[in-house]
Amino acid sequence: MTKRFLFVLRKPSYHGVYVQEILDVILTTAAFEQEVSVLLLDDAVFHLKANQNAQNSGCKNTSTLFEILPTMDVNDIFVEMESLLERGLSVEMLTQPVQLQSRATLADFMAQFDVVFAG
Amino acid sequence: MKFAIQINTSPYHSSASLTAFRFASAILAQHHEIFRVFFYHDGIYHALKSAAPPDDEFSLFKGWSELAHQHKIDLVVCISAAQRRGLIDENVADGFRLGGLGQLLEATILADRFLVFG
Repeated sequence: MTKRFLFVLRKPSYHGVYVQEILDVILTTAAFEQEVSVLLLDDAVFHLKANQNAQNSGCKNTSTLFEILPTMDVNDIFVEMESLLERGLSVEMLTQPVQLQSRATLADFMAQFDVVFAG
Repeated sequence: MKFAIQINTSPYHSSASLTAFRFASAILAQHHEIFRVFFYHDGIYHALKSAAPPDDEFSLFKGWSELAHQHKIDLVVCISAAQRRGLIDENVADGFRLGGLGQLLEATILADRFLVFG
């Protein structure tokens, strides 16, 4: 059985091991040959910010972990436009191409999926 | 209806863990089925065998164990999240078992409804 999954990430980079663990679920879902999309919302938009330097923080640079997604056929990365703009970011500042979704259309957007996985 | 539940928060970090337990109890009381409860992130702390809350407080540890036995619910604790946090097989409480993310995925695919707490 194939279901359409939307993973909604809301927490920022370096929030404990949150991103490592949620990416494990995303990759497992892709390995189960499900349809996988990812939505970055609120502070999660920071995950893809380019030029992160985690070297002196004792943390792993987790933005590079997202580069694995296309190799697992996870190509639909969505970003809520308002979350991005409210944090002074733009698509040009991100490490990989994303599709923008506006806040106003988010509920209808989420309704297309069989499983909305709150992360 | 067949439910799958994921719990991401530790027992005392927020109200989400108690809400999850009460939700599970309520749907069982209404004769729905819980296919699996999957404990992920800090949710793995629900399965600590050595947890000993004061007698005058509700014990979520005991609560889940009893619910699992009473209704034959599969309580799965993510093995990689558990190992990362130092929870090993011999410290896993009665009624819980260690398992992989594949079991979470199976639950989300087969259930009619999937809910995440915390």
